[in-house]
Amino acid sequence: MANATLTINGVQVTVPAGTSLLDAATGAGFFVPTLCHDPANPGYGGCRICVVDVKGARALVASCVTEATNGMVVETESPAVQEARKTIIELLLANHPTDCLTCDKNGDCRLQDYAYRYGVRKSSFEGERHNYPIDNSNPYITRDLNKCVLCGKCVRTCAQVSDRQVIDFAYRGFNTKVAPAMDTNLAESACVSCARCVAVCPVGALTYTPLAGKGRTYELRKETVTCSFCEAGCQFDLNYKGDKVIGVTANAPGEGRPLCLKGRLGMELRYADKPLTPMLKKDDEFVAVSWAEALGLEDVLAKIKELEK
Amino acid sequence: MTNSIGEIADADFILSTGTNTTEGHPVIGIQVKKALRKGATLAVIDPRKTEVAELAKYHLRLKSGTDIALLNGLANVIIAEELWNKEFVQERTEEFEAFKATVAKYTPEYVEGITGVPAETIKEVARGYAKAKSAAILYTMGLTQHICGTHNVFAVANLTMLCGQIGKASSGVNPLRGQNNVQGACDMGALPAFFPAYQPVAAEANRAKFAAAWGVDELPAKPGLTVGEIIDQAGKAIKAIYIMGENPVLSDPDANHVVHALESLDFLVVQDIFLTETAQLADVVLPAASYAEKDGTFSNTERRVQRVRKAIEPVGQAKPDYEIICMIGTAMGYPMNYDSASEIFEEIARVTPSYAGISYERLEQGSLQWPCPTADHPGTRFLHVGKFGRGLGKFHPVEHIPPAEMPDEEYPFILSTGRRRYHYHTGTMTQRTGALEVFYPTEFLEINCVDAEKLGVCDGDMLKVSSRRGTVEVAAKITDKVVPGMVFTSFQYPDVPINKLTNPARCPISKIPEYKVCAVKVEKAG
Amino acid sequence: MVATVTLTIDGIQVTVPKGTTVLEAAESVGIFIPTFCHDPELSKPGACRICVVEIPGARNLPASCVTEATEGMVVYTASDAVIEARKTNLELLLANHPDDCLTCHKNGECRLQEYAYYYGVRADAFPGEKHQYPIEDDNPFIVRDMNKCILCGKCVRMCQEIQGNNVIDFAYRGFNAIVTPAMNTTYSDTDISNCVFCGNCVSVCPVGALSEKAMLGMGRRWEMKKVTTTCPYCGVGCSFDLNVKDGKVVGVTSTDGDVNGRALCVKGRFGYGFIHHPDRLKTPLIKKDGKLVEATWDEAIALVAEKMGAVKEQYGGETIGLISSARCTNEENYLMNKLGRVVLGTNSIDHCARL
Ligand code: SF4
Ligand code: SF4
Ligand code: SF4
Ligand code: SF4
Ligand code: SF4
Ligand code: SF4
Ligand code: FES
Ligand code: FES
Repeated sequence: MANATLTINGVQVTVPAGTSLLDAATGAGFFVPTLCHDPANPGYGGCRICVVDVKGARALVASCVTEATNGMVVETESPAVQEARKTIIELLLANHPTDCLTCDKNGDCRLQDYAYRYGVRKSSFEGERHNYPIDNSNPYITRDLNKCVLCGKCVRTCAQVSDRQVIDFAYRGFNTKVAPAMDTNLAESACVSCARCVAVCPVGALTYTPLAGKGRTYELRKETVTCSFCEAGCQFDLNYKGDKVIGVTANAPGEGRPLCLKGRLGMELRYADKPLTPMLKKDDEFVAVSWAEALGLEDVLAKIKELEK
Repeated sequence: MTNSIGEIADADFILSTGTNTTEGHPVIGIQVKKALRKGATLAVIDPRKTEVAELAKYHLRLKSGTDIALLNGLANVIIAEELWNKEFVQERTEEFEAFKATVAKYTPEYVEGITGVPAETIKEVARGYAKAKSAAILYTMGLTQHICGTHNVFAVANLTMLCGQIGKASSGVNPLRGQNNVQGACDMGALPAFFPAYQPVAAEANRAKFAAAWGVDELPAKPGLTVGEIIDQAGKAIKAIYIMGENPVLSDPDANHVVHALESLDFLVVQDIFLTETAQLADVVLPAASYAEKDGTFSNTERRVQRVRKAIEPVGQAKPDYEIICMIGTAMGYPMNYDSASEIFEEIARVTPSYAGISYERLEQGSLQWPCPTADHPGTRFLHVGKFGRGLGKFHPVEHIPPAEMPDEEYPFILSTGRRRYHYHTGTMTQRTGALEVFYPTEFLEINCVDAEKLGVCDGDMLKVSSRRGTVEVAAKITDKVVPGMVFTSFQYPDVPINKLTNPARCPISKIPEYKVCAVKVEKAG
Repeated sequence: MVATVTLTIDGIQVTVPKGTTVLEAAESVGIFIPTFCHDPELSKPGACRICVVEIPGARNLPASCVTEATEGMVVYTASDAVIEARKTNLELLLANHPDDCLTCHKNGECRLQEYAYYYGVRADAFPGEKHQYPIEDDNPFIVRDMNKCILCGKCVRMCQEIQGNNVIDFAYRGFNAIVTPAMNTTYSDTDISNCVFCGNCVSVCPVGALSEKAMLGMGRRWEMKKVTTTCPYCGVGCSFDLNVKDGKVVGVTSTDGDVNGRALCVKGRFGYGFIHHPDRLKTPLIKKDGKLVEATWDEAIALVAEKMGAVKEQYGGETIGLISSARCTNEENYLMNKLGRVVLGTNSIDHCARL
């Protein structure tokens, strides 16, 4: 394969042709912030927080969607880049609730990380705030769209599963938001509670309900396990607080797989200290069910009983 | 220290001599202040009006270099007024009569004449010290950096024995170490006459023991030279010097002489974390890791052995000092291989009786104060309970000796040197913190307003200070901290290399130079 | 024999020495009670009232940090009334607290934040008047942001009761109450303030009102690795934690040292910057034609061994002097003593203790 050799922050870097500037830079140990970029689903280029300075280019370029080419000279933290990033962060914060105090994403939030890194304390733009009600109709996923930065990662990861596309952008301008069809709540939508959107959300807009208020991100230790329900091998995170597993969250789907609720519940039953009560949607409403039912074992159990007779 | 730091807060009487504790040892200063809040009496012996002197009930502002006279004067009062601890003197000491005879002439009035401290104050302090339920004496370089430094320490010891103010909690003699591991360096045999744990090299049995432990046939028997002598003899009896983490060009007296001496060596190796003034003279400079980059132990001023833990990798190619020493030893044909600092410590424990019971494993549970002879020994909080190291405590009668260099017509001022709160030793580290040197960026010379007026200088004016050995320039700070005829500064700023001026005259016993007194003249610069 | 009392806390029987507070008794069996103004080493003003508990028969909800446990006492630490009281307390504090966790230095180690999260109190529940105090950062050590101060008074007591410098105290009343040095000056005006920048006040502040200046922007609390070690400066030997991020020392914070507790002095707490100073020696140097030039370790060690060997050969080991260091570890001083006496054959080893 052909290679491209370029200079990033004064360092010569050689990467396979077709590599993005983002991957070339981070591969060489440089930090580049991203919000909308999903390594499992690249090529979107919407948020522009990842801009870098390419010598000779007309403007700063979004590194996640720009290919590294031979002879390029790139700066990842030039004053212009920092200025641009600060402005983006300020604009985002302008209509972001200042809720880190109790936000469940505090400590593991990209917006917060970048605000801290670039020293943006508060927005110099006095922006209008949204006043969306918090959607906790689904027992697993809490949606607080007041905190959404419209990166679209949730939309794209959901759409990766054929026939899913439960959520999409709706409305325009200040009113743009991510919503299920007809702007219903999540419970009424076709959502299957796989929570892959929660796994990719960079901020506190999508959080995992069973862990709400149970501990700050920095108090929890994550250990990744691979699901063994089917051959796809999706990955889940065991969330430890002290030496107890207080919940299991979605991490990443197996190649081309959906990442399913059944898998997560199975991991929960297997690993969690006090497994939560499984909830399934029946006739458009979530109801508590038995573990056998949640894991789809009823048929099997029935057969075993049959055989025992 | 014979006591522990925490005990100071419980003392009823604190006699602090030659230590500006709150600046020099701030966290011990905290204990002193705590004792004061609990109602203790503080007496401070210091020619300067230091921060701690301002807290004291009695500030004995003696003339520089008259400590022995003052301490003998205290003893005189205590004996005359029958306040001494007869039982203690009887049972635990010897040579009392000789001591009594010596101090007989140091009546408060006679001492006032020498020291300038009012006789009445001497009496009150003597009574306070002798009668206190517990009385701790603190001292530092202010006492030892004199030509009679060792005698000063004897005078202190005499006083404690006289009153039996030793060998119990909160009562004792407590030298406060200026540097983090002075205690440890001494304990570990970085001394010309001693193996670790003060086992004399002159004793055949000790040499045999260490030769066996180190796997060699014999070890040199003749005690070596002290640091001052090593430098004095550089180019003469000493041909090569290996310096680890010290900067004698700035810290030793008569800096010009030190530079010259080091330059006349056949070979000089300096191992340090910065290219110090001394390292610049070296033939080979070896980059050492800082304390944050290595494992080890320090022993503090109260004999407490504590862990130093590696937090980061050494910067650049720097290496921990212990690794470098091992590389040199190995390259010279004596393999020195240790997997870790803890392995070195295990060897230390095997040959150092006072450390025998200490291990890294135990230190994980908390620090330990030596003597700690066995693995189940809890360590030792205060020394000399019931018995002194040598058996009976011996009185060493000492007489007042004036400083080696007294002011005269040409050099009319006494220069004294010391430390500042915001800096440490020669400033190699504290001048590069991004914080300390920002707040306290320049050094100055403290001078009394009477003298300042005579010289026609204002605060901040540059002064030229000269002794028989050299000249430095420094800004004036007019203050009543020093008496007329005295000036003071620190040796912690490379810009003010005050040790170009100081007198290398040494105490003949301890070999400590007389930093606290030398004669200088002060002129307006420019 | 110490007299004891037995009481029941949240249904658990607890026996403690007489004189123990309810707070200590609860903590001794692992029951959590929040505190702001209480510190085991300081005097107890019982002022903040976040630590209230319910004791049937007592008037109001008593503050557990100043209530003595008595025989037969029954205590509830998390009854509805207690939780309600704590929530209201937090709401009032948050009402005039800036919304600044986003970038606040204390985020992740702040009691106000911790308790707000624990009790689910959102910042906007009780919008109140905010202070507009200028941030005091005119010294290189400590930043004071009194907008975030919850007036717990721990810094005041730390400075009085441990440090003994009496720099700060409460001034004014009500909404205008503030902790300040005399005459409303700043810490850096040391002639008036008497502050020595020990930073001991910073070590007890439960919120982000007092912070170490050089640590600002250097990393979030949860990113720091703490390594307990011993101060490299004076002979007191204080313990502290080096705060490490990405392989760099970015700060020093208090730990509970055997010698010093949490107290440190300005050098120990703020004097770590030399570790990463650009002047640090990073390679061995060898003098060639009067100039020190970079060399490899192999070259440098070989040269030292050769030259030292030659001096020993020609003049005898006793012509070699070793100056060891009161700043190096015991292990290193021990090896220096061994190297000198065994390998070089000299007893002329000393260090600068006398200086
Ligand atoms: S909910 Fe999260 S992932 Fe979805 S667009 Fe908003 S910020 Fe992005
Ligand atoms: S989403 Fe991030 S920035 Fe927003 S409140 Fe939560 S933690 Fe803070
Ligand atoms: S002091 Fe605490 S609550 Fe206030 S902004 Fe800082 S972290 Fe948040
Ligand atoms: S830094 Fe030290 S002296 Fe200054 S106010 Fe704080 S505790 Fe007091
Ligand atoms: S500055 Fe901190 S420690 Fe001091 S009163 Fe305010 S909150 Fe308490
Ligand atoms: S913190 Fe200060 S008092 Fe404590 S050991 Fe370090 S220099 Fe000495
Ligand atoms: S991360 Fe590149 S544009 Fe969003
Ligand atoms: S912690 Fe008890 S009143 Fe403040």
